[in-house]
Amino acid sequence: MTTTSTLYKYQKLKIEPKSRKRFIRFFGFFLLLAAGLLPLSLVEANDFESALKDLGNKSRSKIKIAVKLLGDMGNPAALPALEALRNKRLQISEGGALIILDESGDQGHDALSGKQVDLNSLELRKPRINNSVRRVLSVAIGKLQLTSDDSDVRLAAAKELLKRPSSGLVVLVENALAKESDDEVREIFLLVLAKEGLNSDDKKKRLQSLKTIKEIGNNDFKTDLEALLGKDEKGEFLEKDPTIRKSASQAISSIERRQFFINQAANLFYGLSLGSILLLAALGLAITFGLMGVINMAHGEMLMIGAYSTFVVQNLFKEYLPGFFDWYLVAAIPIAFTVSAIIGIILERSVIRHLYGRPLETLLATWGISLILIQSVRLVFGVQNVEVANPYYLAGGVEVMNGVVLPYSRIAIIIFVVFVVISVWTLLQKTSLGLQVRAVTQNRGMASCMGISTHKVDMYTFGLGSGVAGLGGLALSQIGNVGPELGQLYIVDSFMVVVLGGVGKIAGTVVGALGLGFVNKFLEPIAGAVLGKIIVLVLIIALIQKRPQGLFALKGRMADN
Amino acid sequence: MIKKIATLHSLKGWLIAFGLLGIAMVLLPLLNIFVPEESVLHVPDYMFSLLGKYLCYALVALAVDLIWGYTGILSLGHGVFFSMGGYAMGMYLMRSIGKEGVYKNDLPDFMVFLDWKELPWYWYGFDYFAFTLLVILILPGLFAFTFGYFAFKSRIKGVYFAIITQAMTYALMLLFFRNETGFGGNNGLTDFKRILGYSLQEPSTKMSLYIITIIVLFLSYVLSRYVVQSKLGRVLTAIRDAESRVMFSGYNTLHYKLFVWTLSAFLCGIAGALYVPQVGIINPSEMQPSNSIEMAIWVAVGGRGTLSGALVGAGLVNGAKSWFTVAAPDYWLYFLGTLFIVLTLFFPKGLVGVFSRFSSKDKARGPS
Amino acid sequence: MDSPGAHIKDDSVDATHGCILYIEGLTVSFDGFKALDDLNLYIDDGELRCIIGPNGAGKTTMMDVITGKTRPDRGTVFFGQNHDLTEMTEYEISHAGIGRKFQKPTVFLNHTVFENLELALHAKKGIWQSLTKSLTGEQRDTIEKDLETIGLKEQKNLPAGLLSHGQKQWLEIGMLLAQNPRLLLIDEPVAGMTHQETEHTAELLKSLAGKHSVVVVEHEMDFIRSIANRVTVLHEGHVLADGKMDEVQNDPKVIEVYLGS
Repeated sequence: MTTTSTLYKYQKLKIEPKSRKRFIRFFGFFLLLAAGLLPLSLVEANDFESALKDLGNKSRSKIKIAVKLLGDMGNPAALPALEALRNKRLQISEGGALIILDESGDQGHDALSGKQVDLNSLELRKPRINNSVRRVLSVAIGKLQLTSDDSDVRLAAAKELLKRPSSGLVVLVENALAKESDDEVREIFLLVLAKEGLNSDDKKKRLQSLKTIKEIGNNDFKTDLEALLGKDEKGEFLEKDPTIRKSASQAISSIERRQFFINQAANLFYGLSLGSILLLAALGLAITFGLMGVINMAHGEMLMIGAYSTFVVQNLFKEYLPGFFDWYLVAAIPIAFTVSAIIGIILERSVIRHLYGRPLETLLATWGISLILIQSVRLVFGVQNVEVANPYYLAGGVEVMNGVVLPYSRIAIIIFVVFVVISVWTLLQKTSLGLQVRAVTQNRGMASCMGISTHKVDMYTFGLGSGVAGLGGLALSQIGNVGPELGQLYIVDSFMVVVLGGVGKIAGTVVGALGLGFVNKFLEPIAGAVLGKIIVLVLIIALIQKRPQGLFALKGRMADN
Repeated sequence: MIKKIATLHSLKGWLIAFGLLGIAMVLLPLLNIFVPEESVLHVPDYMFSLLGKYLCYALVALAVDLIWGYTGILSLGHGVFFSMGGYAMGMYLMRSIGKEGVYKNDLPDFMVFLDWKELPWYWYGFDYFAFTLLVILILPGLFAFTFGYFAFKSRIKGVYFAIITQAMTYALMLLFFRNETGFGGNNGLTDFKRILGYSLQEPSTKMSLYIITIIVLFLSYVLSRYVVQSKLGRVLTAIRDAESRVMFSGYNTLHYKLFVWTLSAFLCGIAGALYVPQVGIINPSEMQPSNSIEMAIWVAVGGRGTLSGALVGAGLVNGAKSWFTVAAPDYWLYFLGTLFIVLTLFFPKGLVGVFSRFSSKDKARGPS
Repeated sequence: MDSPGAHIKDDSVDATHGCILYIEGLTVSFDGFKALDDLNLYIDDGELRCIIGPNGAGKTTMMDVITGKTRPDRGTVFFGQNHDLTEMTEYEISHAGIGRKFQKPTVFLNHTVFENLELALHAKKGIWQSLTKSLTGEQRDTIEKDLETIGLKEQKNLPAGLLSHGQKQWLEIGMLLAQNPRLLLIDEPVAGMTHQETEHTAELLKSLAGKHSVVVVEHEMDFIRSIANRVTVLHEGHVLADGKMDEVQNDPKVIEVYLGS
């Protein structure tokens, strides 16, 4: 079982968020392996253990031999010790036991048993190694990593090699490539070889390398390739061979094309993400403004309240249910909704209902409310931003392509938005409350005559809009700072969405939000974030020239009232 | 012409106006110069910068009242026009620093700091006061005219217009926050030394700026009064109350709205230009949406649709702000927020409305 | 800024063929619903015409198109033979000589009765004129005359907001008169009026015919009978029947529409 524990530790240190799934798969696989193949590993254990022990030998040449041996054995269990040796975290006790220190250097465990040891009780010395040992060491580590059963370890090793090529390992890479089955790792291996080949004297090898680079289109090679096309002071090409130059320029354009597509794909995703966030922020506004005609300048503060509710729920979980901490976010969903909705209803009953039909006054009064809410939050929670942690299932992200990481939190928000929009739509279209809301929207007087309590409907509608804003705040807490001014950041954009989408229809809000998100993200690389915003504003004004009531407007008599 | 102006107010009205003018322009400076400092009647030097600032706000309130109080168009973007005037003046003042900045360079300090080698083209001309004055008088109005033309032409009104103007000021604020824009980024323009050769630190300069502000405010008031007392003023209030009827009566409301909108921006730009040398700084936070909304509350406090109300409101709210920021900074926003709510709910006509309840002689003309 | 009133005299309405308003093939739809469907209607110069029809027949939409508030999908509206109303804005149409009274009385509540009439008065209505010109004696006389016609002489310095409902209706008609239009469009003038007020209004409208062409939209049948020579019935966006009141009332198509089948 020794190998299990050390290896597990090794995994834990090395784990990268994006490879979580792989890790779980691998870990399960490894448990099976450990259970099934335990006798086998015991047989080999003796040679392995003595070699490992030799790392602590006082003789440098013995260490060197042990390192080589461990590398050749191909047992990944040696990796932690070897790496610790390289990173100067390996120490030897008087009894000759190998102790691996953790990164802080305060704690250590036995390399063989994996047990924690009390550092204070031991006399420790450092193994003495020199550059010659180090060379052997990095080859051995590379070898173990490249032949590791875990594709993630191989991938990491290959990437490391790509960044810092070491000539001793090229042969190993060639061998590993032949056996490699994981496409992602294969690709990196090929690139490592290509990088090596690029610097060789053999023209054939160089052209082959360029071809590989062209096919894979890795952006990291761009500067290397551009150097091939450079000229000296006299205007002569540094690279004399025209076929190489031609091949290099082809590779560059291939890289650029690929990069372009990657960027567009990333823009698409981030546009969708921004759009979904804007949609969450604006959906509540579309309900209160679109259906009730109430301009609620405190809408941004409803977002803020939702975010702070999430914060409070998080802290309660931390305090009272630490075991279920990661589920705080799920619990926060109804709470954020309810808190914001209740505050919204209080506002509607106390202030806004007295101002129906006076939109500009409503605007000013709700602005006043927003000031009071902001200041109250400042006094209660402080002026500084508070920290809302991602639960584990939203931390990190998935790397879909070279350099494009999609954070789980953003993906989750997109899904969440779909859920919220569908719920709201269903509520408004399929329930009797929705029917009443729409009736009041279209003809208040008539609805009232038909026995609908317009007061109640107003109250519920406003509560719904505020509650949805609270959900928006919950989502925002997962991707950005939570502070008293949170709402202010989104209020202008939210209004733009509603103006763009036109009032009265949820479809308009969806299109407005996504449209704004995409336009923003696609303009950003061209014009910069700020100029992008200004262009968007100009576009909106231009669009309103054509369709004064927004994209999805009600026409006819209804539009006037 | 003079006869027409004379009929803008009753005799009593003019007496009050000139009385106030006399106190502000003659009595206060005299109390500053001739009354010894120990006396309670002495008006300290700093008072003039402070009063000058309030007067600039009063001019802004006048401008906002014309467009909102009389015409019913709520702008949440007047901070932009104010800042345009302010930045134009600030650029002139920056250029007047000469080589006396921290870096002893001909370029403004912030440009040296950003390692810029030469002046951006849009800074050309700000070495000359006459050019600067021209920009101050033309640019805010021109910008407003263009913006207003497109907005009013497509019949954007009410809350839509308010929102669009808010987005305008927000976008421009972001633009000015950037260092690359060339207006000093975050910090804006500051550390001014002199105006027209006179040191800004000198009490006499401060007093002169204060006097100039009073004169400008007075003239603006007379101009505004003339506008709202004319038939044009009645058309404006008619637009506020029933725009379609105005159109069906044969008025091109686009022209009218553009006129008052541009006039309002023009006055606001002048206010900004007067504000900067007296306060000593202009930065993008002047374009924060909240600043522009606050301007509306100055007018609402005094009473929409009455010019004197706007002036009084600007003074009261800003006086309260000065008091709160010293005495109880945590409660200023509570006060301001409550003010917004209470005014809209209970006193839509502001102080003027409250007073006219007691004296029915004064015919209330605010929107009902 | 160009004064919108500058071209009044040059652009007088050409009604030499005896017809003042030509509506041909007019179609307007909102989200698929056809408010007006191939409507054809002609109004003679100096005529007093009543238009009736059930709710949703398209009466108000027709008014909206004539006054430039709504743009048609298809069809033409000519004022005289020389003004294509579908190409003109509200204020240009007003200048050409069309006045409109809304269903809900729309007057300037914060202005006095006198000021309301002053604002409506037929004059140059550019910014510069508004800023610099005062009323001439002649214009004052016109307003006084109007005040007499609509019977609001006593109330001339009262804010319009203080008038009764009927008085507001008359004030609005008075404002139309002050505009001195060739064609008056009047939407439900007697809605909410007492019997006496209704009679007064009928007198007023009858006195206008001849000098002006008047189109009245109304539901109140007695009122229509008391003023109209000719009645047009609209139904589902087009003309259902047209003729003298008695003829129309006995038309089986009209009876079916009003009484249901």
